[in-house]
Amino acid sequence: MVYVYGNNIDTDRIIPGKYTKTLDLSTLAAHVLEDLDPSFSKNVQQGDIIVAGENFGCGSSREQAPIAIKQSGIAVVIAEDFARIFFRNAINIGLPVLEIGKHDIQIGAEIKYDLKTGEVHDLTADKKYTAVKLPDIMIDILNEGGLVSYLKKNKTYKLN
Amino acid sequence: MNKGAKTISEKIIAAHVGHDVIPGDLVISRVDGVMATDTTAPLALKAFEAMDGKQVFDKDKVVLVLDHAVPPPNERIANLHKLMREFAKAQEIKLFEIGEGICHQVITEHRYVRPGDIFIGADSHTPTYGALNAFACGVGSTDLAATMMTGQIWLKVPESIKIVCNGKLQAGVSAKDLILFLVGKITISGATYQAIEFEGEAFENMTLASRMTIANMVAEMGGKTGIVNPRGLQLDYEWEPIYPDADAVYKQIFEFDVSDLQPQVAAPESPDNVDNISKVAGTKIDYAFIGTCCNGRLEDLHAAADILKGKKIKDGVRFMIAPASKGTLLDAMNDGTLQTLIEAGASIITPGCGPCVGTHQGVPGNDEIVISAANRNFRGRMGNPNSNIYLAAPATVAASALTGEITNPKNIA
Repeated sequence: MVYVYGNNIDTDRIIPGKYTKTLDLSTLAAHVLEDLDPSFSKNVQQGDIIVAGENFGCGSSREQAPIAIKQSGIAVVIAEDFARIFFRNAINIGLPVLEIGKHDIQIGAEIKYDLKTGEVHDLTADKKYTAVKLPDIMIDILNEGGLVSYLKKNKTYKLN
Repeated sequence: MNKGAKTISEKIIAAHVGHDVIPGDLVISRVDGVMATDTTAPLALKAFEAMDGKQVFDKDKVVLVLDHAVPPPNERIANLHKLMREFAKAQEIKLFEIGEGICHQVITEHRYVRPGDIFIGADSHTPTYGALNAFACGVGSTDLAATMMTGQIWLKVPESIKIVCNGKLQAGVSAKDLILFLVGKITISGATYQAIEFEGEAFENMTLASRMTIANMVAEMGGKTGIVNPRGLQLDYEWEPIYPDADAVYKQIFEFDVSDLQPQVAAPESPDNVDNISKVAGTKIDYAFIGTCCNGRLEDLHAAADILKGKKIKDGVRFMIAPASKGTLLDAMNDGTLQTLIEAGASIITPGCGPCVGTHQGVPGNDEIVISAANRNFRGRMGNPNSNIYLAAPATVAASALTGEITNPKNIA
């Protein structure tokens, strides 16, 4: 299932501040996007996709935002572009994000994507998009499953 | 064009990495300070442990602050605070306790950040330190944990945008009105990934507090950092200002004459939904709030007290004030400001983020309208998605508390 939202979806909408102060991260998924789309958390299934407009994840630095999305089962967030802290946080916790620029993907579209090539194929409209390439260090972090595993392995940052 | 000409951000990063940089370069930089709060630290401490972090890179440069939910409203948060205290004790690092103030205020007051520094904070309003001629970025918990462990951060050298404001602000028009105006112009995504430099006459006479209000809302333009040109900045210690080179390259330059600027208000439900106050004046309000890292400082309380001296706020309106720090609270107590505000009907709450983050200390009811001196008015921000938040300067918030409707402070005799 593909969920499509608009521009400037802020972190207060992704996970309200009142739920963020916890280490029990499994509690976050029940509230993800609740003020924007109250049915989301009931309907979402493992492997579903969020598609959004520009500046997805603007606002707070709360890492609970990408964590809540990942916990809900969402496999990838595809957006025109992302707010920078959200983007870093998503990669750091191992939530794939693809920045594809202007698009006209509609609710319910069938989408295939390839994280390696960054190709996003809207099968319903038969339209292809290519995501902006991540810096190598982000690809390395994502390949390790996130920054914790990356640093556990490397002990420090490495630029290629 | 001089190829070596640099913006302030480029100069600060180059000084930290030991070689010339240009926008787009990926660098690994040492950092001069690291901070996390009770929203972001618990996850960061967990990540630090999971990374096999043993000791923080420098115990004098890592600071934890209890500010987002203080005092703790429930046992869950109390236990997160406890976890932070235990970590701070074990690592022998500074922890600012409940009531000491908002992270950005205490970091500045206690000089954990200085001009020319690179500072990484696990809070989106970390660019506030751009008021001090520092390069400061917000990150999330895992990045913060990594920086605590390594003393480093990887960064893409940002392109810079310059915002020039010519002319002097009129009496009664504050830094908050100016930054709201600029957020309205640049928009909430207009500076994403970029560094902003503010310069021009309007900024040169500003206090450090006002400059903090300006740099604070760089976050509401999506900026990576925002630095106020240090021309005119007064600090009570020795420091070396960093100016941009005259022919530094900017991605965009915006220029405004702000000498006629009127008080500004951001209407629900985005900080860039900004207009002159005349557009929304008369809107009934239920609740007024002054505080936050944007506008909880002494000059903000003074602006409110100037409006409210000898008067009473409107019946049926509640008025919460959260001083930015214990220092602010004490100063406001000693100079009589608190007495004026309390007699006018304000309720003073613990220095900290207060109701801004929607966790406690004044969640609005359904269909209620809040006028707030904070920096965000997203739906649900203050804890209730069925309420509406207008953002304004402290003087406007006080004037509105007085009349019960959004009011231009210039109209209060």
